[in-house]
Amino acid sequence: MNNRRLASMILVLLPVLVVLIFLGHKKAQAGTAAAAPGVIKIDNFSFTPATLTVPVGTTITWTNSDDIPHTVVSDDKTFKSKVLDTDEKFSYTFTKPGTYSYFCSVHPKMTAKIVVQ
Amino acid sequence: MADYILHDHNHDGIDRRGFLKCMAWAGTGALCVLQGGVLKSFALGQLDEHSKASLKGELSFVQISDSHIGFNKPANPDVIGTLQAAVAKINVLPTPPAFVLHTGDLTHLSKPEEFDRLDQVLKSVKTGRVFFVPGEHDVLNDDGKQYRECFGKGSLGEGWYSFDQKGVHFIGLVNVVNLKAGGLGNLGHEQLEWLEKDVKRLKSSTPIVVFAHIPLWAVYPDWGWGTDDGAQALSYLKRFGSVTVLNGHIHQTMQKVEGNVTFHTAMSTAFPQPQPGTAASPGPMKVPAEQLRTLLGITDVDYVPGKHSLAITDSPLAI
Repeated sequence: MNNRRLASMILVLLPVLVVLIFLGHKKAQAGTAAAAPGVIKIDNFSFTPATLTVPVGTTITWTNSDDIPHTVVSDDKTFKSKVLDTDEKFSYTFTKPGTYSYFCSVHPKMTAKIVVQ
Repeated sequence: MADYILHDHNHDGIDRRGFLKCMAWAGTGALCVLQGGVLKSFALGQLDEHSKASLKGELSFVQISDSHIGFNKPANPDVIGTLQAAVAKINVLPTPPAFVLHTGDLTHLSKPEEFDRLDQVLKSVKTGRVFFVPGEHDVLNDDGKQYRECFGKGSLGEGWYSFDQKGVHFIGLVNVVNLKAGGLGNLGHEQLEWLEKDVKRLKSSTPIVVFAHIPLWAVYPDWGWGTDDGAQALSYLKRFGSVTVLNGHIHQTMQKVEGNVTFHTAMSTAFPQPQPGTAASPGPMKVPAEQLRTLLGITDVDYVPGKHSLAITDSPLAI
């Protein structure tokens, strides 16, 4: 093609490209703000990971993979699950920063914490 | 042939010279039984039914524990079946028990249908009455309200109480409620105050039997096998000549004697758990199917008036 045609193509495509890049960036930003969900596994009478650090707005889901029921109860009673049998889950969304120590109220030696930043 | 040894030089009810003599006999095949500081010896092989009967006392009762109705994982898919086997075992004891003590974890998930099923199965026990204390699996959803409605009638607070039988004072304690993060079993201030008052009026010669779910002594704290304020409860019982503490929770038998106190834990009727520190956690222990019933069982307890210690016998469901 000749130079003039090439130039017009670029002129048309360039704004489109800019818009696409802009949208992509926005989407990436939005993705970070909503935060990837946190995951905690309960097994062998322990919470894994024992300490989990997440941004504000994160929803954490605990799954009981143990063959014994457990609960998830924060020391200050901010959150409290019902009893979770094997494969049952509990979720909580952390909207305020802070350190949340929690334990299993059935087996209180099981302790862990969430750090929300 | 029985031989009594009766030299109490230290006035502590123990005949040391006789004890050593008896230990020498034991090497030749004699059985020594210490009852009330008096050593009775029997030549093995001569321990016939009559002798065995003389070891039986005036009060016989049975302890069962940790039936976990509702549990259905590989460690035991049929906890109803093994509980029924335990009931059958109780029903063929040579001396029918005056009553049964269930030391908790009646159910696995505190569900109404689980409590109900347990109640149904225990109706077949040939005994006067079944007494209960809750385990942590019985108070999961409502701090024990459902448990107390079904099995805690007449009890106080979270479900504690006491009663007397044939001169023995029985105390049922609850150490599975209001557990603190990082802590062990917990009796709490109110219950301890009640306990102190409850035993105050008793003569020191009254035999005491305490039963609670979690061991009152530190069996293995890393696994939660102990009670934070258990020592305070035991301090109120220090002056008594004979104290027996019966617990469950650890799903295996363990015994310890400390002065006048005999501590004993029972097997579960549902599933075994590992010995302290031998596994990653104290969860249900899977064993070959043919081995399961050798690790589950009941405990038979006999009290002979005037005797110092209760005779405690653990019987597995199968050998």
